[in-house]
Amino acid sequence: MADFIVSLLTGLSSAAAMFLVASGLSIIFGVTRIVNFAHGSFYMLGAYIGYTLVQTIGSTGIGFWAAVLIAAVAVGLIGVVMEILLLRRIYKAPELFQLIATFGVILVIQDVTLWVWGPEDLVGPQAPGLKGAVIILGKPLPEYDLALIAISPLVLVGLWALFKLTRWGTLVRAATQDRQMVAALGVNQRWLFTGVLFLGSALAGLGGAVQIPKGGADLLMDFNILAAAFVVVVVGGMGSIFGAFWAALLFGILQTFGIQILPNSTLVLMFLVMAVVLIFRPWGLLGIPESVLQIPSGPPEQPLRPALPRVRALAGAACALLLVLPIVHLVFPEVVGTFTLVLVIEIMVFVLFAAALHFIMGPGGMVSFGHAAYFGGGAYAAALLVKFADAPFELAFWAAPVGGALLAFLFGWFCVRLSGVYFAMLTLAFAQIAWAFVFQDMPGSVLKTFGIAGDFGAPLKITGGDDGLNDIWPSQWASTRVAYYYITVGLSVAALMIMRRILYAPFGYTLRAGRDSPLRAAAIGIDLTRHRWLAFAISGAFTGLAGSLFLFSKGSIFPTTLEIARSFDALLMVLFGGVQSLFGPIFGAAALTWLNDLFSVLSYWRFLLGVTIIALVLLLPQGLAGFAGTRLGRRLRLSRPEEMAT
Amino acid sequence: MVARLESNSSNRRVPREILAYREEKMRPFKALLTAIGAAGVIAAGITVGSGSVSAEAETIRIGDINSYTRLPAHTIPYRQGAILAIEEINSAGGVLGRELEFISHDDQGKPGEAVKVAERLFDRDEVVLISGSLFSHVGLALTAYAKQTQQLYIAAEPLADALVWAQGNRYTFRLRPSTYMQAAMLAAEAAKDEGAKRWATIAPNYAYGKDAVAAFQRVLTELRPDVEFVGSQWPALFKIDAGAEVEALKRLEPDAIYNVTFGSDLAKFAREGRLRGLFEGRLMVGLLTGEPEYIDPLKDEAPEGWLVTGYPWYDIETPAHDAFLAAYQQRWDDYPRIGSVVGYNTMLAIEAMLERAGSTDTEKMVDAMEGLSFEAPTGPITFRAIDHQATMGAYVGWTTLRDGQGVMVDWKYLDGADYLPSDDEVRKLRGGD
Repeated sequence: MADFIVSLLTGLSSAAAMFLVASGLSIIFGVTRIVNFAHGSFYMLGAYIGYTLVQTIGSTGIGFWAAVLIAAVAVGLIGVVMEILLLRRIYKAPELFQLIATFGVILVIQDVTLWVWGPEDLVGPQAPGLKGAVIILGKPLPEYDLALIAISPLVLVGLWALFKLTRWGTLVRAATQDRQMVAALGVNQRWLFTGVLFLGSALAGLGGAVQIPKGGADLLMDFNILAAAFVVVVVGGMGSIFGAFWAALLFGILQTFGIQILPNSTLVLMFLVMAVVLIFRPWGLLGIPESVLQIPSGPPEQPLRPALPRVRALAGAACALLLVLPIVHLVFPEVVGTFTLVLVIEIMVFVLFAAALHFIMGPGGMVSFGHAAYFGGGAYAAALLVKFADAPFELAFWAAPVGGALLAFLFGWFCVRLSGVYFAMLTLAFAQIAWAFVFQDMPGSVLKTFGIAGDFGAPLKITGGDDGLNDIWPSQWASTRVAYYYITVGLSVAALMIMRRILYAPFGYTLRAGRDSPLRAAAIGIDLTRHRWLAFAISGAFTGLAGSLFLFSKGSIFPTTLEIARSFDALLMVLFGGVQSLFGPIFGAAALTWLNDLFSVLSYWRFLLGVTIIALVLLLPQGLAGFAGTRLGRRLRLSRPEEMAT
Repeated sequence: MVARLESNSSNRRVPREILAYREEKMRPFKALLTAIGAAGVIAAGITVGSGSVSAEAETIRIGDINSYTRLPAHTIPYRQGAILAIEEINSAGGVLGRELEFISHDDQGKPGEAVKVAERLFDRDEVVLISGSLFSHVGLALTAYAKQTQQLYIAAEPLADALVWAQGNRYTFRLRPSTYMQAAMLAAEAAKDEGAKRWATIAPNYAYGKDAVAAFQRVLTELRPDVEFVGSQWPALFKIDAGAEVEALKRLEPDAIYNVTFGSDLAKFAREGRLRGLFEGRLMVGLLTGEPEYIDPLKDEAPEGWLVTGYPWYDIETPAHDAFLAAYQQRWDDYPRIGSVVGYNTMLAIEAMLERAGSTDTEKMVDAMEGLSFEAPTGPITFRAIDHQATMGAYVGWTTLRDGQGVMVDWKYLDGADYLPSDDEVRKLRGGD
């Protein structure tokens, strides 16, 4: 019993920081509809700034808590700076475009933090006056845990009062429900948004600062909290603070007891719970159905039309260039080196990956946060076939698109019933489950329970866990760089053309109809769910193809190909290129892969890449492909005169 | 282009719709011409852009790959140690009459990126071999790459046993004592504690943690058939829920706990464990816990009385180490970490190998690596011919607090050669070469 109570209290205290971060994220999303990836970075900044302040003024109890509060306010102000300098300029961009701007901010903050505070982990000092442990039923519990348990209800009540009792709070709630109506009533949205960004960021900073005595500050905090914070927000219901509160408590307690019963469940527990919640309650525990919330942002998309001659010519030129490059390499190896071919192979792999994601994201309106599952999942299907069935390259290669399609078919059945951010988060949950499946080598563990094990009773290595599967190379005829180059370029260009063809076919029209008006599409007899499901599986197949090309170009495969960061890479490529153009993902993937390679040889390259991304985002709010719609682009005849840039 | 402009200007009076229609129906050969023209321009651009490849490498270039942005606290000391060695070697006249050049790139902690970086190093930078890396999966990806391309890879820090055994190949060598070796050293010392019979383990939930626990269990059970492992906790790497893990460990009621967590996980675990009374009356054993990278951030909260592997740079009093320490502190105005020693030793190994090979031909370098012996600040090291694992050892001792800082006392240096499985078993593990 005593153990149970101490564990319960431990769970409640670990929910506190999670609630603070998640509530901030939820408030920002609810009002501005911005999926703020930089939220984890604000949490990290809160910890670092808080650490420095605690070191200087935190020797007394009052000083400590003052330092925590000042850190929160400071981070809130950083959020305001981001809003005024960056977000405010791109509110009109297509939905989710702000996401890539916040990603640029993440990169900048990472390097600035490294530069200011150095690389070493900072272990937080304990809170003055709360350094010991209290004895509860004979079991010790750190005093600071009690303080944390008290903080979340306090903040919750404070937020409740702010939103219920002040005029500003009323406006924020109104904006959460119907932003356009609030604007129509003459409320200055700018300052409302600025205020919301301040509040949300300050909560993230507070979350970072209060956990100092439980941990400290390190450079991996930003990404480590981000996924968890999104999960809490989504399970609670986007925009619902009470939802975030209950979800944080739920996870805090589940985590504590979960690892006592199933110590191996630490990686996957949260995402399993989220998947179950979303399947049964598609809008989270306390969320409002998305259809009420959905607000079209940005101008309506232009209908698809055949590419202009100039555009076709340029595309043809690009293909011609791709074809002659290896010949130049063979004739003048000092001009075009092997590495240039390697880089083009990598670019084409990601172009295909991004285009396959765009296939459902642009025309389908389904934003997947977990597309790496089909990229890596497909690649693993091929790799396993090579390792355990000794399949030849020519056969195993095609296992990846098939595997990707099957996986997408399976996961898609659940996902396509949801929409918007909930769809995105369910894809993320499935991707994390797939990742954990590979990462923890679950097939090996399952075999062990049936008594099939390897040396010294260790589980057999099937997926190999995070040591991955190695030594998987193409056949002799395809193993030279030039041969593999032609395979990659040929297959990815063909895949791009097929996808384009599908989108220009009635299937593509149906898909876009469903995106633009699900109700009307349903009214004319379209089975939308089935179309979305099929599109998801097609996208999975092409993503798997990209995964296969990736696998055989690297010769090994690791769970990193399924992780969240890989999914986000693809997402950023699509957004960066421009979600409204079929060429967008091609530009986005090529540009980001190339820029990454260009900068990564420099120190502080993340800062440079972040600044470049932010600059391009401000310059071309429609993405790189949006260049065609600019005045210059129209003059170069890359778009029709009536396709005005906005 | 001139012709195009003229045809455009003659079209001025044509209604826009018709113009657009005509454009959409533009004859294919025109498009083809434009395509070829544009391809030429871009090709010319690439030609100019990549014309910077050097003609003749006068220095011997060493390609370094490590996770400089992902885990800077561990990799920057590595690079500093390596650069120090390179500078010392060059000021002494270099190797084979040529200077060494150290070309360092970031792998972002991603195996795929590391393979790409390796390709760039060999192609653009014309390095003769690659070395480095910290993460096991990155090391394993480079191992597979080295085998496929038949290039020399000297793994510095990755600990995975598979690197020299299951995945081992002719072209890959590893310097740092592996997971198995370090776990075996700790198990051998821990076996001396007669009272510790019920063991629990806590390790990060990934391959390194699993291997470290498996190796420790195996060696300890061999030495002490009477011990019992009552449970294992597997927190997610760098996402430990320390309070909950400590409560779970307490429920197992072990006599001794084997810890593999490190970094921010270790800091949280050490604090919660102390506050919640987990460590009282229990034998605590920590893999890598005594390395400055991990114990120093804990400051005065460093755990006391743990049996650990680490690097007590402050108390090693051999002439070779004194010289290294003085040079390092003068060059970097900082004290060395374990990564610094590994970086330094790696470059010394490369120097010795080049002297022995007398050439930068890969096959000759590989032959020279096998059985290569050299003197390092930590003592003599040999790269075993049987599995390409170096015999670099580790320091094993007990932690305590000194001047508000965790240090190791009663430590000894254990030679790695004594903590490897038998040759027969290694051959079996390594399979076909």
